[in-house]
Amino acid sequence: MTQKTMIQAITDGLAAELAADDKVMVFGEDVGKNGGVFRATEGLQAKFGEEKVFDTPLAESGIGGLAIGLALQGFRPVPEIQFFGFILETMDSIGGQMSRMRYRMGNTRQMPITIRAPFGGGVHTPEMHSDNFEGLITQFPGMRVVVPSNPKDAKGLLISSIKSDDPVLFLEHMKLYRSFREEVPDEAYEIPLDQAAVVRSGKDVTIVTYGAMVREAVKAADELAQQQIDAEIIDLRTIAPLDTKTIIDSVIKTGRVVVVQEAQRQAGVGNQVISEISQRAILNLQAPIGFVAAPDTPFPFGQAESLWLPNAQDIVAKVQDTVNF
Amino acid sequence: MAQEKIDFAAILNEEAQEFKEIQILNEAGEIVAPDLVPDLSDEQLVNLLTKMVWARTLDQRSTALNRQGRLGFYAPTAGHEASQVASELAMDKQDFLLPRYRDVPELILHGLPLYQAFLWSRGHQAGNEYPAELQALPPQIIIGAQYVQAAGVALGIKKNNKPQVAYAYTGDGGTSEGDFYEGINFAGHFKAPAIFVVENNGFAISVPRSAQTAAKTLAQKAVAAGIPGIVVDGMDALAVYQAMASARAWAVAGNGPVLIETMTYRYGPHTLSGDDPKRYRTPEMDQLWLSRDPLIRMRKYLTAKNLWSEDQETALVEQFKAEIKAAIDQADQIAPQKVSDFLKNTYQNAPQNIQEELQKFNQREAK
Repeated sequence: MTQKTMIQAITDGLAAELAADDKVMVFGEDVGKNGGVFRATEGLQAKFGEEKVFDTPLAESGIGGLAIGLALQGFRPVPEIQFFGFILETMDSIGGQMSRMRYRMGNTRQMPITIRAPFGGGVHTPEMHSDNFEGLITQFPGMRVVVPSNPKDAKGLLISSIKSDDPVLFLEHMKLYRSFREEVPDEAYEIPLDQAAVVRSGKDVTIVTYGAMVREAVKAADELAQQQIDAEIIDLRTIAPLDTKTIIDSVIKTGRVVVVQEAQRQAGVGNQVISEISQRAILNLQAPIGFVAAPDTPFPFGQAESLWLPNAQDIVAKVQDTVNF
Repeated sequence: MAQEKIDFAAILNEEAQEFKEIQILNEAGEIVAPDLVPDLSDEQLVNLLTKMVWARTLDQRSTALNRQGRLGFYAPTAGHEASQVASELAMDKQDFLLPRYRDVPELILHGLPLYQAFLWSRGHQAGNEYPAELQALPPQIIIGAQYVQAAGVALGIKKNNKPQVAYAYTGDGGTSEGDFYEGINFAGHFKAPAIFVVENNGFAISVPRSAQTAAKTLAQKAVAAGIPGIVVDGMDALAVYQAMASARAWAVAGNGPVLIETMTYRYGPHTLSGDDPKRYRTPEMDQLWLSRDPLIRMRKYLTAKNLWSEDQETALVEQFKAEIKAAIDQADQIAPQKVSDFLKNTYQNAPQNIQEELQKFNQREAK
């Protein structure tokens, strides 16, 4: 065990799979000599060579097509899209092509691709870099969308994603990259891609969230504990497909729920969670479902992020509403 | 205003001079470029025309079957026989084919059973359940996607050290897609063994080639990617064969991709789903291209060599019609599709939502 940041855990996971499987290929813009703009691929080209870790021309749709073609030749591509704001350029490769390949070809072909992309707000990137488009990708059956909230999960989920024979979008929240360290096992390990985690047990209210909002929820729960409100926190970890069972079990237990997402309020993952709870557990609820989300504007300019992004105080206030209903 | 010190008109003119159309067999069935005649045995020459006759017969029968309601989506191919058949025959079975919706003849020649091609047309998943050994994807609909994917397949072939190529088809309209450029540029950068075929039949549904780009030829787009581009007479099977065989040798030798523009024409509509070419083509234009027909000139060439006769062709057409009938009958025997199969094919292992839906559809389908 070593104390590691999330970015170190991700580099660790990439190195583990590059070493374990000769068919793993890591590529994208600036991932080679430069080690990625966030240094997620730091040292990998030097260690594994230019055949397995390589730069591509600057074209995200081309990167998507490259991944699909390499997968058809038996490789296990792990492309990086430099910022999630650029993912729209790969939309056909993801939604039109790789996500439906297994279905389209009657299970005779598969797309073991893991697309990594830094996403989320709070680090003051220039405009059009951050964005929370994850809800869009969850609309494509056949895709798995994975969002780790901490270093230990990041490594295990990344290894599982690379080993998966389904295409995976692996989203790395930029604010979590270096904001804290925790114990990460040195060896390779896997975390299932279809299981949410109960990161804190509680009996009064359930907070369902993912990504950077898990940390905000934990801060909120600490404060709520001072007020004798015992919150349970569920980290979705995989936002498509959803682990609905873990959510419903918790909601039935607590009878109150607040769904939290960093993305805008309209459409998106949180509304899917709310829909499932409404359909399956509405009679178990003692208060309306609470929803904390960002306002329905495009992602904010860098200096306005703190005005826009949901935070622990928003969660505390919403939980209080729900508990005092 | 400053004077124009650089002669842009001259530059533009110079750029357009580079791309002369390669022809080997002219409309009269005469060899006009003896140095370029592909090295084909008599048997191979007869096979080339035989497969072109097959493609023409398949087009006629598919059109009839579509009108009878026995076939679904169909994009006519008549006029494209040299471009499609000769390009496919110049490839190896282990080469990887990335076709678009009009390239069904190439897919069948590459190994897709005919009844599966018919099932694809009808919209049945069994049409896309490709045998493991078939090196191909089903026809691409999102035009441009096959080009970026071809770059990836070709890079994979190179990394696997296989003496093969990836080859992808698009039409003249497809060259306007951003993915067209990304595909040829990626393949060029990686020196990946890809052959990009542009079947220029003059129209993207109704929009003429002249409305796609200011470029004088589509082949010259290769220059921007740093790869060779050539224009060939797409009604001349020998020219198409030579272009593809040479491109294949170049690519397999590790030199990278080639872009080939074949000048051709589709006699029919874009698809049989309601397109009316009379809205955008003239009878004179149709007549001009019919006079360049790829089958007529190959017949003349092979008849002069005593390798072909009318009786021989009549017998072949009857044989092909019988094969087509057998294949459509075989397609009729395939069981109807089940939503439960779709659900099972969405992920490797069914997640919770799929399991729930499977339960529902299994019950519904058991009734």
